[in-house]
Amino acid sequence: MALPIFSPVNDPGPDFAALLRGIRPSSSNGGDDVGTAGLDAGAITRGLTDPVIPAAGGFPVYPSLDPARSFDEHMRHGTTVLALRYPDGVVVAGDRRATEGHLVAYRTMDKVLRVDDYSAVAIAGTAGPAIEMVRLFSTQLEHYEKVEGVTLSIEGKANQLSQMVRDHLAMAMRGMVVVPLFAGYDTLSGSGQIYTFDVTGGHYIEDEYAAEGSGSRFAKSVLKAGWRADITKAEALDLAIEAIVDAADEDIATGAPDTLRGIYPTVATVTQSGYQAVGDDEIASRVSALYDKLRSRSEYRAGRSSR
Amino acid sequence: MTMPYYVSPEQVMKDRAEYAQKGIARGRALVGTTYDNGILIVAENPSRSLRKIAEIYDRIAFAGVGRYNEFDQLRVAGIRHADTKGFSFSRRDVEARSLANLYAQYLGQVFTHEMKPLEVEILVAELGITAQGDQMFHIAYEGTITDENEYAVLGGDTEGVRDRMSGAYRRDWTLEDALRACVSALSGPERTLAASELEIAMLARSNGQRAFKRMDRSDIDSALKSRKVGRARSGTVKASS
Repeated sequence: MALPIFSPVNDPGPDFAALLRGIRPSSSNGGDDVGTAGLDAGAITRGLTDPVIPAAGGFPVYPSLDPARSFDEHMRHGTTVLALRYPDGVVVAGDRRATEGHLVAYRTMDKVLRVDDYSAVAIAGTAGPAIEMVRLFSTQLEHYEKVEGVTLSIEGKANQLSQMVRDHLAMAMRGMVVVPLFAGYDTLSGSGQIYTFDVTGGHYIEDEYAAEGSGSRFAKSVLKAGWRADITKAEALDLAIEAIVDAADEDIATGAPDTLRGIYPTVATVTQSGYQAVGDDEIASRVSALYDKLRSRSEYRAGRSSR
Repeated sequence: MTMPYYVSPEQVMKDRAEYAQKGIARGRALVGTTYDNGILIVAENPSRSLRKIAEIYDRIAFAGVGRYNEFDQLRVAGIRHADTKGFSFSRRDVEARSLANLYAQYLGQVFTHEMKPLEVEILVAELGITAQGDQMFHIAYEGTITDENEYAVLGGDTEGVRDRMSGAYRRDWTLEDALRACVSALSGPERTLAASELEIAMLARSNGQRAFKRMDRSDIDSALKSRKVGRARSGTVKASS
């Protein structure tokens, strides 16, 4: 490694992704380079021969992969994540399950990741590139802070993540979709902020709550029913956990709280005092209180009829 | 017909060294020292935004004296090196020794091959898990690298500062004692330095993952006031980012 000193005309400034491109030019990767060195679609897909599209229609088959497994079964997927605003900031939560096709691949995945003192990213979609994207994003925020001596605004952070999602488009088109959920505390306005993204890199400000992943529609309906502008922190935590539990109830890819192993959803808050993970003990007791409440509801009773 | 003048290599090196030393001596001095909970760096710097001390990585700090644009370029290069290394490998694999060697090579290269040497002297400090692991590398304008265990003094005419530091230094002293000694070593007996003329930062073992913290003006002020009152032991020096 040489000391990365650039002439003023080639200086990448505080942009870490541009720095990586400057240090290890990825132009030698062939045609399908997406640009961001940390997320090199070329490197991943070059290992694959072209897919064969069945004449009768249906999913493309990749002959270079294990034919007994579908393309999806070679990749781990994260499932349900959500965020909601409350007066002091935001609550971010996610289930712990990663799947490969119809199999449970990993039981203790953390999909809510701290990226700096005042922000978190929750990830749904293909796990590998999503984790790599968050690592790059988090390094970028710290790099900017150190080089410039000030932190990026929350809007600036969301724009940065947008660019990374956009750089990932080529891989998203091949089925490796990454959809982050960005939640942070805006120290200027003194409020929590939530941003959602689409695969083209568009980012959207969410005023109330947001959810991503396969169980998100179920999580959203719980959030929709329970969210209020003046929701307290305790209520917000309970609502987030209930949304995850409900998503897991309807979506097989979402993991419910696992009381047998003691694996609970990841829940964190981002407020004026920064990113704080909620402890497993607190989540466990909230889950158990929720289960007591749900037991009394008819839709959670076996067979639903009183026999 | 004009003949090119012959200049001996010794003379070239001497001239360059003199040039660099003169440039560095125009600036003000800086002191770094280990204390019981980490490493303290104190610089005489009236500017609030053009800084001499900076964070490189979780446990690594940088400090420079001399020409601002030159050491700031080195600072940014250090951050880039550390962040790239941490991103490619792991945060634990980023250490000061390799960075200090890179700086030394670069400064040596510029000193011998370029028209003008860099007019800087830099300090790369790394916080250990325990006090035994604390390291400070002092790198001079021509690439000489020195490993300092107790304190380092950077700058041009620093004989006086060095003498005062060697008289005051005690192993495992507290932050307050170290801070007062560094400030009076920089100021000398004839003058006093106000908080507005000082830039102070530390790598402290109690700071968590990112160990680097700057002291803001009011913290420096209260630390200096307690010095005037006498050897008051009460009150701790707080650090804030």
